[in-house]
Amino acid sequence: MTATIDSPRSGKISPQYRRTGGSKGNFEMLAWLFMRLSGIVLVVLIFGHLFVNLLVGEGIHAIDFGFVAGKWADPFWQIWDLAMLWLAMLHGTNGVRTIINDYAEKDSTRLALKIVLYAATTVIIVLGTLVIFTFNPCPVVDGVPLPGGFCPA
Amino acid sequence: MPTKPAGTLYRGREGMWSWVGHRITGVVIFFFLLVHVLDTSLVRVSPEAYTAVIGAYKNPLMALGETGLVAAIVFHAFNGLRIIAVDFWKKGAKYQRQMLWTVLALWVVVMVGFSIRHLSLALGGH
Repeated sequence: MTATIDSPRSGKISPQYRRTGGSKGNFEMLAWLFMRLSGIVLVVLIFGHLFVNLLVGEGIHAIDFGFVAGKWADPFWQIWDLAMLWLAMLHGTNGVRTIINDYAEKDSTRLALKIVLYAATTVIIVLGTLVIFTFNPCPVVDGVPLPGGFCPA
Repeated sequence: MPTKPAGTLYRGREGMWSWVGHRITGVVIFFFLLVHVLDTSLVRVSPEAYTAVIGAYKNPLMALGETGLVAAIVFHAFNGLRIIAVDFWKKGAKYQRQMLWTVLALWVVVMVGFSIRHLSLALGGH
């Protein structure tokens, strides 16, 4: 007598062996894909950021309040920095999430570490986004411009 | 006396060490990013607060630290592109070792150029 065993890719895989369709959906595949897509974009964004801020002109000596004000007066750099903030934070958070999953063996430890991680990520993304969009190159307190501002003369 | 385990496709070879390097540089970059968003956010407090704190970056020790950070970023970037090639290019897994040596060669070239430019700007004059 002969037994017939289905080919592994015949589509008749028992539910417990399926790689998709479980309770987690395909979140892990999307996270894997996101790391690659965001990684390519981040190479361009971060190399451009480092080149413009550290290698052009006077390099790091040129960086002060006026330098940041000058960049964020231009929507091009606002969008550049916003994209860099979001992509880098989500890419880094997913990387650290992977590391927590790899090394923290107790469920409670993993949960605690991830709560700290996601809280930090949320604070940094919200803070950075607010700073980019509410930035004022010429801050004024009680009618008096703060010293060091980038006020038009 | 236990003997050293034999090398496999990954263990103890280029595949493993590039993975270790990718993890360590990734964690370093992530923690710097948290601090970097916080220090940049000081532009929203006052011009003087930002300029004072950013002034702390402008000394020889920090110049070396920045060079180390950029070294981590450039390795993570080039090795990340190698990982993408391993995953999506048909011959990626076959050539992963050669690609790592290419990554390291490009990393050396970029870091020599960056270090000369950044350190001469950061350490010279002013």
